[in-house]
Amino acid sequence: MTNRTMIGAIGVSVAAALAAAAPALAKDAVSIAVPAFLSGPAAGPFGVPARNGAEMVIDAINAGKLPAPYDSKGFAGATVNVEFVDESGGNTKQVAEYRNLIQKRNVDAVIGYISSGSCAALAPVVEELKTLTVFAVCGTPRVFEDGERQYIFRTMSHATADNVAAAHYIKDMFPAVKSYTGINQNYAWGQDSWRDFELSMKVLMPDAAQSDKVQFPKIFAGQYGSEISALSLDAAELVHSSFWDGDLEGFIFQATPRGLFKQKKVILTVGGTAAYRLGKKMPDGVILGARGPYGILVRDRKTALNEWFIKTYFDRYGTYPSGPAYQYAQAVLATKIAYDKAAAAAGGFPTQDQVIASFKGMEFESFSTTVKLALAGGHQAITENVYGITKWNADDAEPGVTDVKFYPAECVMPPDGVNSVDWITKGMPGAKC
Amino acid sequence: MALTSDRTTLGLTVGFVAVALLGVFVLPDWLLNQILVAFSRALAVVGLLVLWRTGLVSFGHALYFGLGAYTVALLGRNYGIGEVLVTLPAATLASALVGFLLGFIVRRYREIFFAMLNLAFSMVLFGILVKTEALGSTDGFNVEQPTLLGIGTDDAAVKLTALFLGVCAIGWLTAVLVHRYLGSILGSLTTAVRDNEIRVEYLGYSAAEAIHGKYVMSAALTGLGGGFMAISLGQVDPESMVNWTVSGELVFVTILSGPGSVAAPFIGSLIFELLRTYAFELVPYAWQLIVGGTLLLIIFFLPGGVWSVLSRLAGRRGVEP
Repeated sequence: MTNRTMIGAIGVSVAAALAAAAPALAKDAVSIAVPAFLSGPAAGPFGVPARNGAEMVIDAINAGKLPAPYDSKGFAGATVNVEFVDESGGNTKQVAEYRNLIQKRNVDAVIGYISSGSCAALAPVVEELKTLTVFAVCGTPRVFEDGERQYIFRTMSHATADNVAAAHYIKDMFPAVKSYTGINQNYAWGQDSWRDFELSMKVLMPDAAQSDKVQFPKIFAGQYGSEISALSLDAAELVHSSFWDGDLEGFIFQATPRGLFKQKKVILTVGGTAAYRLGKKMPDGVILGARGPYGILVRDRKTALNEWFIKTYFDRYGTYPSGPAYQYAQAVLATKIAYDKAAAAAGGFPTQDQVIASFKGMEFESFSTTVKLALAGGHQAITENVYGITKWNADDAEPGVTDVKFYPAECVMPPDGVNSVDWITKGMPGAKC
Repeated sequence: MALTSDRTTLGLTVGFVAVALLGVFVLPDWLLNQILVAFSRALAVVGLLVLWRTGLVSFGHALYFGLGAYTVALLGRNYGIGEVLVTLPAATLASALVGFLLGFIVRRYREIFFAMLNLAFSMVLFGILVKTEALGSTDGFNVEQPTLLGIGTDDAAVKLTALFLGVCAIGWLTAVLVHRYLGSILGSLTTAVRDNEIRVEYLGYSAAEAIHGKYVMSAALTGLGGGFMAISLGQVDPESMVNWTVSGELVFVTILSGPGSVAAPFIGSLIFELLRTYAFELVPYAWQLIVGGTLLLIIFFLPGGVWSVLSRLAGRRGVEP
């Protein structure tokens, strides 16, 4: 390549890059970015199903093929252009990338994020850049408890619900449990989850004793030999874990041959994602949550929306949808409904403020459950929560769950304006179970 | 000597003023942001460049980067101090102090031992941060709004422009001062130590002390860069500020830039930031591959870094690493 052609080539690519960066928005298209873990240990169990769920629903929305009543085309009639973005690389990197999404790539809305860390870090930046952002999965209650948010919505319950429901399930199904312990990752998610569970157990089962050998291995440790030994030797009958990503599967693989699942009752609050991925290797008798009514726990829910979701997902990706697929799909659906409602009210394509106004406090029927944006001034959703017990279904050669119990949203989430830790500590006043 | 150093100073001044003017009047916000982040990192890379000229590479300067960033962030969170005239000097001083203390140990080692010892120290800080909930654990925390002389702003565009001009001014000052330093007798000891420590000792200088001084200087600059990075991004967490990957990034940018000039880190760092942004945008599934591949190409074909291309274009011989 001569110097001149090289310079020419550089010139052309720079021009192309600048052209791609220029705003190209009319009312016939809405561009959204969907961040999820596309690389690293969280990609397989979380990022990929999340991306698939969003992709499938966006395609259906653009084609007008969602089941009624959501069978209108696009977001308020506008085609949705989607870009998938990698969530890995640390919170600070996500903040930098979020700025790029808004300022460089000019997206109209961002829908996604799996890690609590990403969401907590992004909250102030979202407010600064004033762009509609819908958090899909991340669980930390801090997002709305740390400050008032204008532009952020979260379309699923936060982590408190998972652990309050877990304690309820233990109380209902295994009232004889006398002592409990836990193994959680030593970072914010694991620490918060254990704290909420422990506080809920103190309220709901005050006679059960807590072990003094609760395990906190490092996140992404991969090897849990010594922790499994410690748990086996512990007298506690029940083990609580909020493990997720590759750690969860590693823990199950290492604990199964050592008989931990036969010896103890184990409750996995995010275990739902592992059921389909592990198949027959998932031990029977494990208490499973999916951070709400998603994935394997709603396999048998026979609503038109849920049946459509499971069938379309299975046909396209060859597996059943797990929690993150539902949760991302739910966030996309919520945004569509907000756009459509705002358009109907405004009598034309809505402005962002109109979309936000109709998003606030919305209640809608999602694929697997009813979602109410009831907390934080109508920005934080509440849904029911659910637990079940794994049982391999030999007839269909599929993983299954038994003893599925649902808990209403008002039973497992604090009322509006109440800090979740305070609420549990005070004995969950106002809970309607 | 005097003439060339004046030429470089003049060049740096013209360059930074041009970037500042372009930034304020022409460039879009996203590019301003990229320059802000790139120049924050470049401050740290200038520190590594001083070490590299001495023949030393540190795989652990994220220690000082993170110290600077967390100093700024903690001053804001625990004491409500957002004043940049307090936080940035504090970040620089904290890093310099730790650098001074650790310097007594690391100055006795060279080559891979120097690199790995630094790595070990940085991972100690990483471990402490990850395990301490009061310091934000793995999630980190948000940085307070910065103020200058007590004046703050809620307007995102005004804040960005002010930070951008700030990083240009500090970048210019750092580049000029480090350039002057490298031209001085003490500064000339960098390459002398690299080439032959025994001769340096015979000349009456202590190689260990010379290395110690440069180590403290690089620690201070890296701390300043980390502090600026925390303010520009508005968030700190161990993964993005203190992990070994951050040290790797700093070394990456140092190699990409080349040791030829104090201006090189600023150019190299901006190229790195743009490269990463476009790789991230175009191949979201394998952006790391593009970034890593580029480093390999640079090492194979441009051992003198980006600066060697520029100086060749200008008809001058680049300084060999």
